[in-house]
Amino acid sequence: MLKKLLPFVEHAIKKPVWDCRMCGQCVLHSTGMTCPMTCPKTLRNGPCGGVRENGNCEVIPDMQCVWLKAYDRKVFLPLPTVWKEHFNELRPPVDMRLQGSSSWINLVTKRDQQTPAGWSTNDGEH
Amino acid sequence: MSLMREKLENSNDTVFTAEFPSLDGGGMAKVEKNAARLAPWFVGVNATDNPAAHAHASNTASAIAMKMHGIEPIMQIVCRDKNRLAIQADMMGAALHGIENISLLTGDDVTAGDEPESRRVFDLDSTQAINIARIMTTGQYLSGRKINPAPDFYISAVENPAAPPFDYRIERALKKYRAGAKYLQLQICYHPDRLEKFCAGVAKIAPDLKLIPTIVLVKSAKPMSFMNEKVPGIDIPQETLNRVSAAADQAEEAYKLTVELAKHAMTLPAVRGLHVTDFRHDDSLDRFMYDLGQKPRN
Repeated sequence: MLKKLLPFVEHAIKKPVWDCRMCGQCVLHSTGMTCPMTCPKTLRNGPCGGVRENGNCEVIPDMQCVWLKAYDRKVFLPLPTVWKEHFNELRPPVDMRLQGSSSWINLVTKRDQQTPAGWSTNDGEH
Repeated sequence: MSLMREKLENSNDTVFTAEFPSLDGGGMAKVEKNAARLAPWFVGVNATDNPAAHAHASNTASAIAMKMHGIEPIMQIVCRDKNRLAIQADMMGAALHGIENISLLTGDDVTAGDEPESRRVFDLDSTQAINIARIMTTGQYLSGRKINPAPDFYISAVENPAAPPFDYRIERALKKYRAGAKYLQLQICYHPDRLEKFCAGVAKIAPDLKLIPTIVLVKSAKPMSFMNEKVPGIDIPQETLNRVSAAADQAEEAYKLTVELAKHAMTLPAVRGLHVTDFRHDDSLDRFMYDLGQKPRN
């Protein structure tokens, strides 16, 4: 029951505020409270090289680049330090099976942290 | 070991790279002709992957053809047209033919091309793709399925030093380095101050990451205006455009500007070479390379 109800509730709240696309693996806290799935290229690890001189999107010229907004918010908003530290983390590829499910449930069950067996990152060492 | 790796990791040589012209008709004769022009000067040459969202002979097929003609390919893979399965297949296909230089890019959007009605894929972003290439060098696919022996990729990426958000570009370079990129080819940049800041920033936070800025040979102000107006991410200051358009000999002035930009770029920290592109087979390539103090390779 909850599994059916929660996606509706989550979408009703997050759609008007963040234009939520229900990817089911929410990373808003680590991206300056800006949803990377609203980037036309759905880039989860930073902006592409096509950002225009005025800071707008390559694909939608009258929209500000999602990542420009995210970076500004990360710098200027009084967000928790730990959230800001997560900004430069390498976010794994989206699990397409979670599309449309509630990220709240996936957070609690840690389903949103499951990655393919081969996935590993070099974060922190270089 | 790829020559790109050998030169960048085990020598102090300045490394010049170029872009192989996109292949459509003309078969191997065309490849041979282009290879002959580029071989004397370049350590590695990019085999592009549907550049500017226009379909051409595939990245893998082009890279194999280049290799057959004595050119070391740097095989680009963009995230726009292929999902994670196809991207890994591209990389293993390259490895099968002894192609080790792999460059992972986001890719221009489909709206930049001549088939804007296409579905855009972007199943991965460039940094994830770089990381997956690195994972493959440890002997496994993303799924964890073993690859034995592991491919010996020399991984690279691209970055735009002159597009907003400027400060974040430096952090993003570090992110790509951590994911597995050993060097970055940079987007065309007509703002020497921005390039300077970017290179200094990268040298500070990712000292082992090598940078290869791009220089484009143009014959007049026209292609410059085109880039300025039509290519998102490239901005050319008005005074730079004026300098070329107001000159009595536009070709000569554009050439002088290019040499100035190239010489400046080569002095910057973290810079280990230059990526040279041209618009429609500019005939000033040889002169340009000699003016930078280079000699043709044997």
